[in-house]
Amino acid sequence: MAINPKKHEMPTQNAKIRAKNFDEVALGYSEEIAVDEAMRCLNCKNKPCVSACPVNIEIPDFINKIKQNDYEGAYKIITKSSSLPAVCGRVCPQEIQCESKCTLGIKFEPVGIGRLERFVADYHNKNFNGDIELPVSLNKKVAVIGSGPASLTCAGDLAKKGYKVTVFEALHLAGGVLVYGIPEFRLPKSIVKKEVEALKKYGVEVITNVVIGKTLTVDELFEMGYEAVFIGTGAGLPKFMGIPGESLKGVYSANEFLTRSNLMKAYKSDSNTPIMHAKSVAVVGGGNVAMDAARTALRLGAEEVYIIYRRSMEELPARLEEVEHAKEEGIKFEILRKPIEILGYNNPNDKKDSKNGFVKSIKVIKCELGEPDERGRRLPIEIANSEYEIEVDAVIMSIGTSPNPLIKNTTDGLLVNNRGGIVVDENTGKTSKDGVFAGGDAVTGAATVILAMGAGKKAAKAIDEYLKNKQ
Amino acid sequence: MYKIVNKKQLNSSVTMMDIYAPLVAKKAQAGQFIILRVDEDGERIPLTVAGTDKQNGTVKIIFQLVGATTMLLNTKNEGEYIQDFCGPLGTPTNTAGLKKVCIVGGGVGCAIALPIAQKLYEQGCEVHTIIGFRNKDLVILQEEFSKYSKKLTIMTNDGSYGEKGVVTEPLKKAIEDGENYDHVITIGPLVMMKFVVATTKPYGVPTTVSMNPIMIDGTGMCGGCRLTVGGKTKFACVDGPDFNGFEVDFDEAIERSSMYSHFELEAREKHCNLYKKEVN
Repeated sequence: MAINPKKHEMPTQNAKIRAKNFDEVALGYSEEIAVDEAMRCLNCKNKPCVSACPVNIEIPDFINKIKQNDYEGAYKIITKSSSLPAVCGRVCPQEIQCESKCTLGIKFEPVGIGRLERFVADYHNKNFNGDIELPVSLNKKVAVIGSGPASLTCAGDLAKKGYKVTVFEALHLAGGVLVYGIPEFRLPKSIVKKEVEALKKYGVEVITNVVIGKTLTVDELFEMGYEAVFIGTGAGLPKFMGIPGESLKGVYSANEFLTRSNLMKAYKSDSNTPIMHAKSVAVVGGGNVAMDAARTALRLGAEEVYIIYRRSMEELPARLEEVEHAKEEGIKFEILRKPIEILGYNNPNDKKDSKNGFVKSIKVIKCELGEPDERGRRLPIEIANSEYEIEVDAVIMSIGTSPNPLIKNTTDGLLVNNRGGIVVDENTGKTSKDGVFAGGDAVTGAATVILAMGAGKKAAKAIDEYLKNKQ
Repeated sequence: MYKIVNKKQLNSSVTMMDIYAPLVAKKAQAGQFIILRVDEDGERIPLTVAGTDKQNGTVKIIFQLVGATTMLLNTKNEGEYIQDFCGPLGTPTNTAGLKKVCIVGGGVGCAIALPIAQKLYEQGCEVHTIIGFRNKDLVILQEEFSKYSKKLTIMTNDGSYGEKGVVTEPLKKAIEDGENYDHVITIGPLVMMKFVVATTKPYGVPTTVSMNPIMIDGTGMCGGCRLTVGGKTKFACVDGPDFNGFEVDFDEAIERSSMYSHFELEAREKHCNLYKKEVN
């Protein structure tokens, strides 16, 4: 049988319709498409995809199970390596990971590994109602701080080894960035909830409303009988550019805008949470978070949404599929543009004008790409006298975050680097403090869900070894 | 879920509650705040800690019925529960080494000033307190403040109780009369704090203000509570809520506080009508 040179397309909601709702954009493969796509896998000997996966899922093995219509078997193989398959199948940048190394991809399009992973996870979530095998309890307590992808992975892996794991979450809901950051249309919250429930079945206890560094300290966790601590507290404080006008009403950090919409449910029309339903929005930045913010603004009723990014489309760090979806939905890309000022509305004749103090426009300057810097990224260079204004009534800053100092400031002996990230051994997540491990954005600064999961996984393995050696 | 173990109406629009939250009670210090949600899908609102009972594990909150959420909270009674209660957040008020302090509180802000007055009193500091209200019916915590204050001045806008006028008048007089305060700590409406700072600045009396801007998570994640302090962007939730009053850009803070006033007005009306219906 000749191999289909193209990946099976992901069925999606029509771009015009979905731009007005918060339902999931990608609808997932049907069983028939999934099996057809699985058949494209060559089952090659050297399996380059596996080592290109941050959590080393046995990709050809699970695809083989799909070929045999054994989807539950496929699920079991994936969950040996990944605690959150339904999440990863949706948010991983497969094009730079597993699929980038696919042997089929040398000549044709690679196998749609991410889409198959999602199919398997969704199939399981929909159809499985059997019992899970519980491990023998080791009667040892581990504390996990934060409940985002790094923490959930670490907690899941340890619980499956028999540790008694408690997850401490500062917000009122578990999931971290998966619930406050990534929007419903890209990752339905019911899926995150299911993944968290699945961990609870393994005995993981989740305690919300506890801010470690405030309500309790890391040292107090040890006093309470926890024998190891994993810090997966995420990216931290949003950055602003330091340009004039950032304090005007209508200027948000992407974190605030997305948290209001996602965690606080402002996307629902009957929500108690206020959010601006701006008509014209500028999102500054080019990562996944910027795409999420732009597409959320669109769905909240914006007529024009601009992504303002200082490099070119080629350097845009967002996941390819998100950029394509954003374009289809009508997001405008103002690339090679750097904001220099946000201007506010001010009616000198009417001090009570309700628009006073709100954003009126954003002034940007054109850029061109210069020589690559030491990291190989070409630096944007401003073109003199090329400034112009774009009329907007909201600006969303999505230019990254700096680490939260709460835990560092309250934990003696925990070293951080000059950017505030926790210093760890890369292979184990071990910090400078005995029994304390860390991973995810709290270590690396803003990165991806799957990299955080990879770090959580390594740390779980290291914590297991640490506690075994401690005996 | 967090139990309301005690509820008391302090005046027509201010309520006090003791909430059972032993972990928070154990840690909370004067000047810190908590974030609560009344029910599932509710808004997260910050409220400053008005006191703790470490033995019984309760945290005292005092709130004014200003928006939909505080009105909803006020419908809850003793023995009932609220959904979430998280804290203590923010940094405690720095009282180290203070020997003579004037506390200036306005309206419900007095609730926040009370634990600070208590802390100062307990460390042997001479406390003078000036608290201001719109009228007699709104006066709260007089008895409590008199316990900790060597001098207590009560001001009302209409003169229906205490002295007529605003808090800055007796403050200015005290400073001019040679009360050598080593610090002034002020908590209340933004406009009041702005004028307190304008009063103390010419005399160079160091002044701490307690900011309470719009916030969501309270741990530094959203940046909604940002203020300009000394020309730099600061987050009230992690860097504050206390700041050096001389450095705070009050005009900007006042402007930012009105970001959602339109939305809040609508929400409040919606809720008020709902409650009216329930009563009928």
